[in-house]
Amino acid sequence: MGEEVLLRARGVRKSFGNVEVLKGIDLDVRQGQVVSLIGASGSGKTTFLRCVNLLEEHDGGEILLDGDPIGYRMEGGKRRRLSEAKVSAQRARIGMVFQQFNLFPHLTAEGNIMLGLTKVLGKGAAEARDIAGHWLERVGLAERRGYYPYQLSGGQQQRVAIARAVAMQPRLLLFDEVTSALDPELVAEVLGVMQKLAESGMTMLLVSHEMLFVRDVSDRVVFLDGGQVAQAGPPKEVFGNPESERLRSFLGRMHGIFGQIA
Amino acid sequence: MIQYYFDWSVIWRNADRFAYALGLGLSLAVISLFIGSVIGIACAMARVYGARWLSWPVWLYVEFIRNTPLLLLVFFVYFGLPELDISYLDKTQSFILTLSLYAGAYMTEVFRAGLASIPKSYTEAAKAIGLRPWQRQRYVVLPVMFRITLPAFSNNLISLFKDTSLAAAIAIPELTFVARQINANTFRVMESWLAASALYLVTCYVIASALRRLERRYAAIR
Repeated sequence: MGEEVLLRARGVRKSFGNVEVLKGIDLDVRQGQVVSLIGASGSGKTTFLRCVNLLEEHDGGEILLDGDPIGYRMEGGKRRRLSEAKVSAQRARIGMVFQQFNLFPHLTAEGNIMLGLTKVLGKGAAEARDIAGHWLERVGLAERRGYYPYQLSGGQQQRVAIARAVAMQPRLLLFDEVTSALDPELVAEVLGVMQKLAESGMTMLLVSHEMLFVRDVSDRVVFLDGGQVAQAGPPKEVFGNPESERLRSFLGRMHGIFGQIA
Repeated sequence: MIQYYFDWSVIWRNADRFAYALGLGLSLAVISLFIGSVIGIACAMARVYGARWLSWPVWLYVEFIRNTPLLLLVFFVYFGLPELDISYLDKTQSFILTLSLYAGAYMTEVFRAGLASIPKSYTEAAKAIGLRPWQRQRYVVLPVMFRITLPAFSNNLISLFKDTSLAAAIAIPELTFVARQINANTFRVMESWLAASALYLVTCYVIASALRRLERRYAAIR
């Protein structure tokens, strides 16, 4: 992979009170790559993802998107937090899909997608509607454009949420356990949409417990353990040759759920 | 046994006065609810997002209004302000000011609870697509909050409409005042008060059912 590094994390630290959740994370995501974070709950996967999008602020280390530090700028060797407007502009370059979909309940499927297009990217209503229609079609929901979130199933809501994120044409898409809140029979439709996105060259960083999906779609898998990267590499290597006992036992537990992964 | 003979003709003869009185009462309630809502949003946001020192005056305002009889406030503003050389309000404006301040205190509490009940997930989604802080309020938080608080809106409008009867105390010709006047002039006691009561009842009922339909249509979270 010769592509340039899009997201670079170095020594990222984050504490909640006395609990240090991230103890120095190093991670690179290259343009067009799909990188998956796996690990037990409490290992810091979701916290790291939220730091990338500034929903949490990291206490130490740096996260660079296209070479720009996320959330702050250096001034005379000191970190200075960016203004809310600048932070918002950075977030607009990163899309995020949440575990609980988080669709705006007062807007239709189409309205959910159009909001960012019109208010953040400044597109006209007609153009935004076209873009929303295009992406709703891509996620197989063209005929549901006028539906409100409560009128949609979980899987449909999540596909709208993905469309809302992609329509902003972000440099990077974050997925935070996006199938964990879904009924089992709805998981496939969402994973199918993600797979198509990955194939289209979208750069994606995901946290997932869907090990078979992670194995099939990822360029790199990063195993987090206790707030640190314990092993990282291509899926074949991580799943086929787990170096640590912790990863072996983690995968062992997952085998029980998903069958043989490697 | 006392016999009372109803003579409704006095009501029909005064139908236009009742109609005007009803319209006036409704206008007073709607205008006050509108101004009160603006006050309420400002105070609720000051309490939820504002600096700490801001929550003190808001608390004082809300508690003062909620623990003082409305009639007393009406008199206080109408008779008290001119004593302080603030005399450019006529009686209707003075009443609207009082009822707005009164509604504002209640709406502050309604909106504060509404803001508190909005799940953080919506704000995070709004952040994630890059909306700026005020845009998140304008396009996500406030619209959702209005839908959540719609039932409280209906209740407050009905309460305020009934409270406009207190305007009779400062001789504003709304329903109660007109009923009292017709009663005094014609001695048709039962007819005057029954007519006024019926108008209050029907109007409140109509407002309630109309807003109930609106609530069903716009309920955000089901």
